Amino acid sequence: MIKTEDVEKLAKLARIEITDDEKKQFQKEIGAILDYVSELKEAPTDNSKSLTRPENMNRLREDKSPHAPGTYTKELLEGAPRSEKGFVKVKKIFE
Amino acid sequence: MDKEFFKNLTIKKAVNAIKSGDITALELTRYYLNNIKEKNGEINAYLRIFADAEEQAKKIDEKIKSGEDAGALAGIPFAIKDNILIKGKIASASSKILENYKATYDATVIKKLRDEGAVFLGAVNMDEFAMGGSTENSAFGPTKNPHDPKRVPGGSSGGSAAAVAADMALASLGSDTGGSIRQPASFCGEVGLKPTYGRISRSGLIAMASSLDQIGPITKTTEDAEIIFNIIKGEDPLDATTSLGHSVSEPQTNLKKLKIGILNYDKNAVAPEINEMIEKSIEIFKKNGHEISEVALPYLKYSLPCYYIIMPAEVSSNLARLDGVKYGLLKEGENLLEDYLKTRGAGFGKETKRRIMTGTYVLSSGYYDAFYAKAQEVRNLIKKDFENIFKEVDAIIMPTTTGPAFKLGEKIGDPIKMYLEDIFTVSANLSEVPAISIPAGFAERGGSKLPLGLQIIAPHFREDILFSLGKQFENAKIKV
Repeated sequence: MIKTEDVEKLAKLARIEITDDEKKQFQKEIGAILDYVSELKEAPTDNSKSLTRPENMNRLREDKSPHAPGTYTKELLEGAPRSEKGFVKVKKIFE
Repeated sequence: MDKEFFKNLTIKKAVNAIKSGDITALELTRYYLNNIKEKNGEINAYLRIFADAEEQAKKIDEKIKSGEDAGALAGIPFAIKDNILIKGKIASASSKILENYKATYDATVIKKLRDEGAVFLGAVNMDEFAMGGSTENSAFGPTKNPHDPKRVPGGSSGGSAAAVAADMALASLGSDTGGSIRQPASFCGEVGLKPTYGRISRSGLIAMASSLDQIGPITKTTEDAEIIFNIIKGEDPLDATTSLGHSVSEPQTNLKKLKIGILNYDKNAVAPEINEMIEKSIEIFKKNGHEISEVALPYLKYSLPCYYIIMPAEVSSNLARLDGVKYGLLKEGENLLEDYLKTRGAGFGKETKRRIMTGTYVLSSGYYDAFYAKAQEVRNLIKKDFENIFKEVDAIIMPTTTGPAFKLGEKIGDPIKMYLEDIFTVSANLSEVPAISIPAGFAERGGSKLPLGLQIIAPHFREDILFSLGKQFENAKIKV
């Protein structure tokens, strides 16, 4: 159901480097999975495109009483692979 | 205290024994730590044992000595699934990408258990990011089923179920996105509860598919599951979907005389012992004064394809945060994009990659309507199925699984085969209703007695029905 190029494109969109072996394996397996879930297309629906499921709605809180800046910085940065001067460090984004 | 005393413990018995001074919390913790030392080499349920387990127990003993209230779980040793955060401890979700990730806060459920005196023994194994039905997708080796180490304990909460089954913890927490508490509980002969969506805070649970994930207990008895449920449930400002504004009304139902629907399922698609187990279960509930009728869920056959679209879609967005920047593994490349590619390529296992990519596909432009939007519509219809049935009956019973625990390696090579494992469990997640798996007899395979599970499903917020039926089933004179 999907081609090698599709697998390559998906991996790139998903930001995952995959080996040639994985490429072959995923082409077969993701193809089989997509064939399987395509059974859903036969499910009769009333074409109500409504995605609102009221019971599952988030209850939002007011955006108030923030914590003081820096309260958690040290602890959180300890988990970051690269940091500098109280910031997370990343490679440059713009060339 | 002799070994038999410890083997037959329930939460109530243990707490009473500790509070009355028959045993100390430290003795109880040491009993389980010894069992872990003896058995974990073979079973591989625990990934990490907490160095402060005995310290935690000693604190409980001190509290009791000084006459303080030590809580409803005073000294009860727990195994915690590796995707639930405990401040200062590693929570890896059994993934290489989080292998060294140290939690910076307690999950709400952990806070609640701690406040009631629970002792945390260690973190237990799971399928990577809770994706799988066998625990074989762990980056740290599979867990074995204590009833037959050649077989899987189920998954994804395989470590949680195996730890309780092998007496390496009195109780455990797991998480259930499509059956990940109920199926391993069934395979290991334990009770497993997936509560109503929104009942229990997900704050501090490493997210897999947020509209489906729920934390729940795996225990030896229904009563134990009920005790833990009542402690960890409740609204939480840190999880905006908890309780969802529902005011839970006081149960009006007479729990002694219920209408129970038995699901009309394909008898040829399950092991013969499963059909026998269901027949006997019907008999038990009839003898207890309940009315049994057959019910059908017309959209049940679409629940698996629906689940295997919605779940990977949510997985692909949830796991996007694992990028080697904020926490976890970093594999450096020439530029930022290469950092992402290499980190995620090296950090994720095969099943995780497969699901992220499948999710990426069903959400991508051109396929979104055919897959994701359609799946959301079908999800609503599955939910309606349950709403309609619950106008007629108070609970539905069906098997938890199609058979007993399968062998290691039997299904891991074929994702579809593994996905079909979830046929009886995913619909409760999709429709957000509570469901429990109760030990219900055995099937013999190759000289091993392998446990089976009976699943009971109730309407939203009616866990009380599950607990009542579960206890009646456990106390029934006829045994399955």
